[in-house]
Amino acid sequence: MKMTTKTRNILQEWIPYYTMVLPFFIVFVILTVLPVITSIIFSFTDFDMVSAPKFNGVDNYARMILNDEIFSITVKNTVVFAIITGPLGFLLAFVLAWFINEFSPMVRTILSFLFYCPALVGNAYFVWQTAFSSDSYGYVNSLLMSIGILTEPISWLKNATYVMPIIIAVQLWQSMGVSFLSNISGLQNVNGEMYEAGAIDGIRNRWQELWYITLPAMQHMLLFSAVMQIASAFSVSAIAIELAGYPSVNYAVDTIVSYMHDVGTVKYEMGYASALAVVLFVMMAVTRAVIKKAIDSVGR
Amino acid sequence: MTKNNVKTKTPKLKVSKESQYKRYTRSKVGNFFYVLFLVAFGAFSVLPLVYCIVTSFKPLDELLVFPPRFFVIRPTVANYAALPGLLSNLRIPLSRYVFNSLFVTITSTLLYVFLATLAAFALCKSKIKGRKTFFLIVQFALLFNAYTLSIPRYLIYSWFGLIDTYLVMIIPHVASTMGVFLMKQYMEGAIPNALLEAARVDGAGAYRIFFQIAVPIVKPCLLTLILFGFREAWAITPQGTIFNESLKTLPTIMQQITAGGIARSGSAMAVTVIMMIPPILVYMISQSNIMESMSSAGIKE
Repeated sequence: MKMTTKTRNILQEWIPYYTMVLPFFIVFVILTVLPVITSIIFSFTDFDMVSAPKFNGVDNYARMILNDEIFSITVKNTVVFAIITGPLGFLLAFVLAWFINEFSPMVRTILSFLFYCPALVGNAYFVWQTAFSSDSYGYVNSLLMSIGILTEPISWLKNATYVMPIIIAVQLWQSMGVSFLSNISGLQNVNGEMYEAGAIDGIRNRWQELWYITLPAMQHMLLFSAVMQIASAFSVSAIAIELAGYPSVNYAVDTIVSYMHDVGTVKYEMGYASALAVVLFVMMAVTRAVIKKAIDSVGR
Repeated sequence: MTKNNVKTKTPKLKVSKESQYKRYTRSKVGNFFYVLFLVAFGAFSVLPLVYCIVTSFKPLDELLVFPPRFFVIRPTVANYAALPGLLSNLRIPLSRYVFNSLFVTITSTLLYVFLATLAAFALCKSKIKGRKTFFLIVQFALLFNAYTLSIPRYLIYSWFGLIDTYLVMIIPHVASTMGVFLMKQYMEGAIPNALLEAARVDGAGAYRIFFQIAVPIVKPCLLTLILFGFREAWAITPQGTIFNESLKTLPTIMQQITAGGIARSGSAMAVTVIMMIPPILVYMISQSNIMESMSSAGIKE
């Protein structure tokens, strides 16, 4: 008898909280979980989006490994993008938020507006298309020619050597938004009293203060911004397709995501595209696990 | 802790912080490079915005001049003045597109932020069974590329009869997982458990604790999330889910102008600038609020 009353009490306490999660839960399960599961099922089928999907076992995965040169190139490019833009974007978003935290509110508002601009302006990366345009109308070509460094225009975005660094720079420039602003709001969780207590405990400089006080207090927000960076760093594609086209010169900047779009939209192989999505997901999930470990050890 | 100690706390904090920075962490040379870096990065970031605005005031001959010039010599409002003409022969009055965009953006942003905050609060500050597993699924869902989800989603929309309704533009935003993730992470650090426990002991129910304690504390994050939601919703151009012209949003119609070729490139830029204004306004309102609460939160230089 006693046990049941206790259980009933707990349930009564829980019910309002369950009702809080419920609306999101319903929409999330129907529009995200179900499609993800469907997509994973598609990855084991041959599906051309016209006739019904036909089960074909692990054929899609076998094809990736054994019989698809483009796949291995795009994996390589994806990893290169992720290794460079991921950590750099993460650091930039934190360091800039931390820096501007030192200024007066007015200066802070203006500076954060400047840094957030690329995300706010949205698809403004077409500006870079004009800048790196292959003819002499492009700003970069016209500038370099007028000061005599170049004698004839370079097709920046059609050159396998230059295109990768350019896409990386534009991607970094655009990826600042979400992590940067969430870091700014997260820095408020670190209050003055903690710094005071730290000073009493013998913290002597900014770096110690950062490591022992600011970072541990920001831990949860850092995980958020890390996961967001993983999601965007592994999914570089829109900017690359927009600026360099698909396929780009020698597949120099084609990633798994741009390949997936090509396979699905142009070649109507949704089964294969889904398998690519699953592989990409596994790569990101593993990275997340490693990063989570690293963030958990911050400040220890 | 004596009463005396508590009284002198705040001024003491300021003094010790300032002297500490001066002694250990700042030098004039260091300061100079620090500001230089921020200004350089800021200029790099803001350049495209400046470019869009400047270009929108260029007359046609300056748009095509060689060598290309960044700044405008003879600014004109012709590009803006041409817009009413370009928009006058629409089948549906422009005001309808404006209404659709505002309605969809505001509704979906409010719903998204409210439901995400509510769910995050329960996941973060209650002991309900299954909360950890569910939150892990939410996090991992963020990592699954949305491209292959479009077909299953389309099937679900048509199954529920949502095609060609406002709901098909609003609901996907509510399903976005980023809000719950951001809010939950923020609450972990921002809301002290002791405070909630005290409220519980006083007999406050879950919803009362949420509205009266949690929401005021997470206001900075709430405002940031409103901005994220607004920015995304404002840009939506439904792909294959809206066929009824009277339900279409502003970006759709603006794309038609932008696609008008080189002669319209000035007007296209004017359109881009006009479309930027609402997100920038929301940014200004939300961030100035955040900065205000920030300076009162006690982080002093």
